[in-house]
Amino acid sequence: MDAARRQDGIVAGRLPPEAYAENFADAYPPLDAHEALVAADRCYFCHDAPCIAACPTEIDIPLFIRQIQADNAKGAAKTILNQNILGGMCARVCPTETLCEEACVRELAEGKPVRIGALQRYATDTLMEAGIHPFTRAAPTGKMVAVIGAGPAGLACAHRLALHGHSVVVVDGRDKPGGLNEYGIASYKTPDDFAQAEIDWLLKIGGIRIETGSMLGRDYTLDELRADYDAVFLGMGLSGVNALMLEGADDRIGNAVDFIAALRQSDDLSRLPIGRRVVVIGGGMTAVDAAVQSKLLGAEEVTIVYRRGQESMSASRHEQDHATSAGVRLVCHAMPVRGVPGGMEFEYTESGENGLRGTGETFVIEADQVFRAIGQTYGETPGAAMELERGKIRVDTEGRTSIPGVWAGGDCAAGGEDLTVTAVAEGRDAAESIHRALSA
Amino acid sequence: MADLRNDFVGIKSPNPFWLASAPPTDKEYNVRRAFEAGWGGVVWKTLGLDPHVVNVNGPRYGVIHGADRRVLGINNIELITDRPLETNLREIKAVKRDWPDRAMVVSLMVPCEEVCWTDILREVEETGADGVELNFGCPHGMSERGMGSAVGQVPEYIEMVARWCKAATRMPVIVKLTPNITDIRYPARAAKAGGADAVSLINTVSSITSVNLDLMAPEPTIDGKGSHGGYCGPAVKPIALNMVAEIARDPETAGIPISGIGGVTTWRDAAEFIALGSGNVQVCTAAMTYGFKVVQEMIAGLSDWMDEKGYATTEDFRGMAVPNVTDWQYLNLNYVTKARIDQDKCIQCGRCYAACEDTSHQAISMSADRTFEVIDAECVACNLCVNVCPVEDCITMERLAPGTVDERTGRVVVDDHGDWTGHPNNPGAVAAE
Repeated sequence: MDAARRQDGIVAGRLPPEAYAENFADAYPPLDAHEALVAADRCYFCHDAPCIAACPTEIDIPLFIRQIQADNAKGAAKTILNQNILGGMCARVCPTETLCEEACVRELAEGKPVRIGALQRYATDTLMEAGIHPFTRAAPTGKMVAVIGAGPAGLACAHRLALHGHSVVVVDGRDKPGGLNEYGIASYKTPDDFAQAEIDWLLKIGGIRIETGSMLGRDYTLDELRADYDAVFLGMGLSGVNALMLEGADDRIGNAVDFIAALRQSDDLSRLPIGRRVVVIGGGMTAVDAAVQSKLLGAEEVTIVYRRGQESMSASRHEQDHATSAGVRLVCHAMPVRGVPGGMEFEYTESGENGLRGTGETFVIEADQVFRAIGQTYGETPGAAMELERGKIRVDTEGRTSIPGVWAGGDCAAGGEDLTVTAVAEGRDAAESIHRALSA
Repeated sequence: MADLRNDFVGIKSPNPFWLASAPPTDKEYNVRRAFEAGWGGVVWKTLGLDPHVVNVNGPRYGVIHGADRRVLGINNIELITDRPLETNLREIKAVKRDWPDRAMVVSLMVPCEEVCWTDILREVEETGADGVELNFGCPHGMSERGMGSAVGQVPEYIEMVARWCKAATRMPVIVKLTPNITDIRYPARAAKAGGADAVSLINTVSSITSVNLDLMAPEPTIDGKGSHGGYCGPAVKPIALNMVAEIARDPETAGIPISGIGGVTTWRDAAEFIALGSGNVQVCTAAMTYGFKVVQEMIAGLSDWMDEKGYATTEDFRGMAVPNVTDWQYLNLNYVTKARIDQDKCIQCGRCYAACEDTSHQAISMSADRTFEVIDAECVACNLCVNVCPVEDCITMERLAPGTVDERTGRVVVDDHGDWTGHPNNPGAVAAE
């Protein structure tokens, strides 16, 4: 076994077969009923609570926690899902430590916020495990809306439109719906195929058809959609990956998002190859997810290299701690230079008047495999008339694009942070705007 | 080092903590273990006439939980001892012989016939027990048979039975009172009139703890039915404190020894009962919740606090709070306070605001950045914000100094005492000279 673990290069099966299931189990197991009551009892039921304002979907957190206290977890789930139809996934993947839990007054008081994310998961799991879909679709309106992208923004938009009685076709380029929920998030955050289970549950509203394997620009055009449907919502996310070509490393470098997607879709992790020594370049959640999962696949040494200071990493402190406790090393203030035999050469950085620059001092980290995790970009513009803003689709406060009848939300739209919960909020709000437009 | 030794109507114990008459004092095994743990005395679970009673075979206890299943109150439908009289007497004698320094009081409940009381008192005396407690309190089961609270609710019966008992025994007689009456002073006066050496209170409060909404029956439920039980534990302490104070300050009963009972859980509870005049305290629910070892915290805590305060014995502070329990009409209306919020301690939860805005006097303002401030012109000093604030000492009540103007009333605060008895709005006011 040790021989497999210490084999140089990118190889599969570094761990004993039983280790994979254990490594990729739920990283933060759910609360049981008693734990949930104890956690819920810590909520102060604040007036005009700061946690609500900190949630992009503005879930009434004190109310749902009080419902848990009062032995009504299913009612709590309805409170959550009214605002955030993907409340189950958000409970798993939200960086709550920078959102609701950071705003919790108990964080201010004692550095230990109410465990809002864990409680949200308890409530939504309870409802979903009971097979209950607590929404009823309004009478069909006869209107048809096309939703491009079956990720968090598209699904939230589709559900809200269906709720109002519109018929929705969701089109996605991948083989499965879910977007980043299915392809882009660490496996240990959403084990047991939760993304697909949540979609199956969401579709119980009725009136939504999902078509996969069909891509905007390749298989159909925006103009065709506008002609065929009463409204269009664009929520296809970011298809491009920031380029980083490094001389001498071509055979060892890949995209972290592709690695994560492959891992999520793998049905036998012991067959997924991983380097003995892995370097991840970047400082966001994708970097952390790729680094931690490399470690869990059996990589002996995993290093995240980030060009700025640790405090500038977009991965939260909680995520950083998760990585370091998994055995990942963080190297900050360093940028890649080139590949060298057996490793990668980096140069230390410092902040100057003209931004970041190298100091000239270099060092080498041994690496069989390198992942780029330096951000994604908006891909092809779906129509020449589409106005962009900072490289993404320009939208107004309701999610309307510059093209009449076309709305956008999620990562492809300029707006809030690139978070699942933000995408859900934007999809939901765009649906309300579409509904108002179609009802006018 | 404080001296916790206790002398209650001549009954001596190494500390003022007795176990109340209840399941923990049902038999020799328990009482020996209680004494080993440090309890100063016990009131042996109530004896009755043979044939002994039987208990239900379904659940006997119901509960009210606070956060994290903390027991706030328990109710019970257990009756008096369900073992033969002879067995109990033999065990009482054996334990008292082996633990001569501990208080051994025996609780009794027999029908209201003089011969029943004189017979059982003779038998108890032979055990060497230090005293008896007359159980006129149990609100469930026995009361249906004309005993327990059925006696305790009729002052004439209390006086009659107390007199019989005093005439029949050399042992001190303690009368245990039920709180299930409208004015505790009447049964206490009756006990005194009957010659009782002391009263102990409170017994349990008639209660239904909860309703099972599937069975549509009260808890604890036995074959689909429930019966009211007796409620005890921390939840009843405020009721007990008031009743103890009422007896302590009633001119007719003032000075009668009181054994305080009702939700004593920590040393502080005991100190409060003693400050209101109790000569000692009896404990049950805390032991039933945490085991006999809790007494060790009570002993250590009371001793440490007395040392800090410079009290050598419990007599040094017993009853010290009684003169400060008064009638509403004598409260000083010129004592004006306002709520003060310590902004450094405030965690911005807004509960003070919600409570005041929705249910009180709209005397707290809230800014966009969640700063909460008291509006003196509206604050009536009700204390609700202090009570609901989750942070200790974040909101306090501060007295307006005499000479300053109360913004709410526009009046200058005066230093003199002024109460309802002399208030102009009081039709029966007596003008001050």
